[in-house]
Amino acid sequence: MKLMSILFSAILVNNFVLSKFMGICPFLGVSKNVKSAAGMSVAVTFVMVMASAVTWPVYTFLLEPNGLNYLSTIAFILVIASLVQLVETALKKYIPSLYEALGIYLPLITTNCAVLGVTLLNIESSYTFLETLVNALGAGLGFLLAMVLFAGVRSRVERCNTPACFKGLPITLIAASIVSLSFFGFSGVVEGLFH
Amino acid sequence: MAKHWKTLLNGIIKENPVLVLALGTCPTLAVTTMAFNGLGMGLAATLVLIGTNTMISLLKNVIPSKVRIPAYITIIAGMVTIVMLLVQGFLPDLNKQLGIFLPLIVVNCIILARAEMFASKNTVLASAFDGLGMGLGFTLALVLMGSIRELIGSGTIFGLTVTKDVIDPMIIFILAPGGFFVFGILIAITNKVLAKRGKTRPETGCAMCPSREFCKNAGQGDCSEANFQ
Repeated sequence: MKLMSILFSAILVNNFVLSKFMGICPFLGVSKNVKSAAGMSVAVTFVMVMASAVTWPVYTFLLEPNGLNYLSTIAFILVIASLVQLVETALKKYIPSLYEALGIYLPLITTNCAVLGVTLLNIESSYTFLETLVNALGAGLGFLLAMVLFAGVRSRVERCNTPACFKGLPITLIAASIVSLSFFGFSGVVEGLFH
Repeated sequence: MAKHWKTLLNGIIKENPVLVLALGTCPTLAVTTMAFNGLGMGLAATLVLIGTNTMISLLKNVIPSKVRIPAYITIIAGMVTIVMLLVQGFLPDLNKQLGIFLPLIVVNCIILARAEMFASKNTVLASAFDGLGMGLGFTLALVLMGSIRELIGSGTIFGLTVTKDVIDPMIIFILAPGGFFVFGILIAITNKVLAKRGKTRPETGCAMCPSREFCKNAGQGDCSEANFQ
C-alpha cells in the first residue's frame, strides 16, 4: 500500500514539473509537439529509474558507512553523467531502434535537474531500495504526464493571437500556470485512496 | 578596469540571466516564495559562479575539449558542495528553506552556460567579474520575483508586514501556479522593454545545450523534434 501511495503521489500530487519545479527547461523546450514530448519523457523516466537504482547502493553502502554524506552531490552527478553515456552507447550498439527514438534526448538529460533531484530526494526521504525505484518511476511517469498534457495545451496556445510581448515564453508560462493549477485538484486524492 | 565594470553590468542588466537569457528557470520558480529565499539562493549561486568561472578559466588550456562538459560538471559540483557546507554551517534556517534546490545548483544552466560561453574563452579576472555580474543579475531577478510573490501571496516583504492586515493575501501566488504566472508576466514586461529599445532577446539557450552539435536549429532556440538530424 505504501508503494502505491508513493507512486501516485509522485505522479499526481507532487508532480515533479508542475509542483516541484524540476525539469522546467525540457518542459518548456521540448514540449512543442506530443511526439517529442513523449520521447523525451520516456528517456527521462528510463534514466531516472536507472540512476536511482545505482545511486541508492552507492549512498547506502559506500558513502554513508564512511561518513562521506557530503560527497553525495558530486558522486550522484558523476554517476548520472556516466550512466547516460553508458546507456547511450549500449542502446546504439544493441537496440538501434530504441536508440533512434530516444538517443537524441539522452545528452540533454545529464543536466536535467529532475534526474539529480529524484536521486537526492530518495536519500532525503530515507526510502528503501524498492521504494526508491517506485518513487523514481512515479516521478518519471509524472514528468511524462505533464509533458504530454502540456504539449497538447501548447499546440493550441501557439495558434492563438496573443499580444506581441506575450508571444513565445510568457504565454507558455501562463499556460503552464493554469495546467499546474489544475493539478491542485489531485491534492488529497491519494491520501483518500490509500490511507 | 572599465572593461571589467562593463562585464559586470552586462550580467546584471543587459544580459540578465533570468529575465533576458531565460536561463535557470527551475530555481527561479521554486525558491521565490519569499524575497529572503530568493536573496539566499541568488547569493549562493553567485559564490558558485565566481568560483567555477575562475577555476574553469584557469584550467581552460588544460581541459581537453572532448571531455570539457564532464570536467566542468565536476568542478561545479565541487564548488556547490563547498557552498552547501558553508550554508549548512552558518545559515541552517536558509538551508532548510532552500532544501534540495541548494545541491541542484549543480545543474543550474546559468553556471554551465557561463563556463561554456565565457570562462573557457576569457581571462581569469574577466571571468571572475562575469561570474559576479551574472550572479548578481540572478540574485536581482530572484529578489524581484520573490518580493512580488511574497507581497501578493502573504502580504509581507522580507518578512515585514506590508498589506497583510489590509488586504487578504492571495495564497495562490506563493504556490506553484503563482510562480509560473509571475514569471510569465515578468518575461512579458522584459519583452516589452526590449522591444521599445529596438532590441531582441539574444538566443543563447542553445550555447550550453549538449545536443547542439547535431541539432539543425542550433542557435535559434527552437527544440522541436524535427530539428534533430
